[in-house]
Amino acid sequence: MPQIFHPSTNTISRVTVFGALAIVIILLAAIWAYVRSSFWTGADVEKQQPVQFSHKHHVSDDGIDCRYCHITVETSAFAGIPPVKTCMNCHSEIFRDSAYLAPVFESYRTGRPIRWTRVHQLADFAYFHHGIHINKGVGCSTCHGRVDQMPLVRQVVSLQMEWCLGCHRQPELYVRPRDRVFDMEWQSPPDQIEQGKKLVQLYKIRSVAALTSCSTCHR
Amino acid sequence: MVFSMCLTRLRLLFAARRSTPAFLLVVLSIAFSACRQDMADQPKQKPLTASLFFADGSARQPVEGTVPHGSIEDDHLNVSPDDPNFPVALTPELLARGKERYTIYCSVCHGALGDGNGMIVRRGYRTPPSYHIERLRRAPVGHFYDVVTHGFGLMPEYATLIPPRDRWAIVAYVRALQISQYANVAQLPPEHRQRVESTPSGTPPQEGSR
Repeated sequence: MPQIFHPSTNTISRVTVFGALAIVIILLAAIWAYVRSSFWTGADVEKQQPVQFSHKHHVSDDGIDCRYCHITVETSAFAGIPPVKTCMNCHSEIFRDSAYLAPVFESYRTGRPIRWTRVHQLADFAYFHHGIHINKGVGCSTCHGRVDQMPLVRQVVSLQMEWCLGCHRQPELYVRPRDRVFDMEWQSPPDQIEQGKKLVQLYKIRSVAALTSCSTCHR
Repeated sequence: MVFSMCLTRLRLLFAARRSTPAFLLVVLSIAFSACRQDMADQPKQKPLTASLFFADGSARQPVEGTVPHGSIEDDHLNVSPDDPNFPVALTPELLARGKERYTIYCSVCHGALGDGNGMIVRRGYRTPPSYHIERLRRAPVGHFYDVVTHGFGLMPEYATLIPPRDRWAIVAYVRALQISQYANVAQLPPEHRQRVESTPSGTPPQEGSR
């Protein structure tokens, strides 16, 4: 009985089988990489703002504490965006002629708030409270990066659940002493794990089971 | 209800399989139904969300004379400007809190030492008086509380940024700063005394050691 298929079809069948498998794997890998890319998460993308406000200038050059403007960061869920009145505390006198500040003066005069572009946007089904993180020793720069070096603020982390859980599963890797929370230059010491474990105990940070429970963040 | 209708529909489609494009459409729409963003973008008011109700997009401005929630409890802290007494207990914790809050809100102009040489002043703001002048050393504590609450001269009010208890913590720390500049070496504990005496005289204190 003659062969139905020519021997060369062996190659074709192999290429087809392994090719199909490869396509599926590549496709899955591409999706995996895509949802983690900054194109999807918005990380590392500088957002244009209605006023060219520079955190670098105000924090690094002037040494103004985060809490001078973000007054509710220690006590409430929302860190607080300052009203233009806070800008005017200094700018009623300083840079009064600057064109950069024209929208601020305009807003102060008319009472129409400035519409800032939001940089960090969590999904509404995720509950997040700034105060609890600050009070348990999570520093600003742990999540927001070196804001003191950002002329325009950008998100530096993915803000995805995977990233949140990275710390909720191992808080000892990230917590720092409370008096260093607002220190932009803080870096984890070489013995961070031991120090972190002590702080977790000292600050009564809840168990990993509680921190990773669904209803801790989805309520 | 809708769900069961969908199920019936799906069963019919599975049974018939006559209309392949419709079948594909149903399968695809189920597969991508999670792409809708309703849960991620819920119709609730979030801080600083623009209001559709008022023409200027702002939230309702409080009517004149509105009292913030919880402020009645703190009313005894609002003493008269010439009151020489603290309405709060002076504790090390209060002073530590005062130092922290002073550094955040006041040192930008008044300087870490209270001499009126803060960073904003170096940037061009009018120099405030030093806390160490005779007039302010004699001023009652109520005066400092009043200035933080209502402003004074060019200084804006800080009542919107600093709650009353923290204002008193700051006033206590300002008093501590005043005492520090006129402290007698003999009053210091031995270890601090040794440090001061070993420092060459005439060296100005280092500022901004955060």
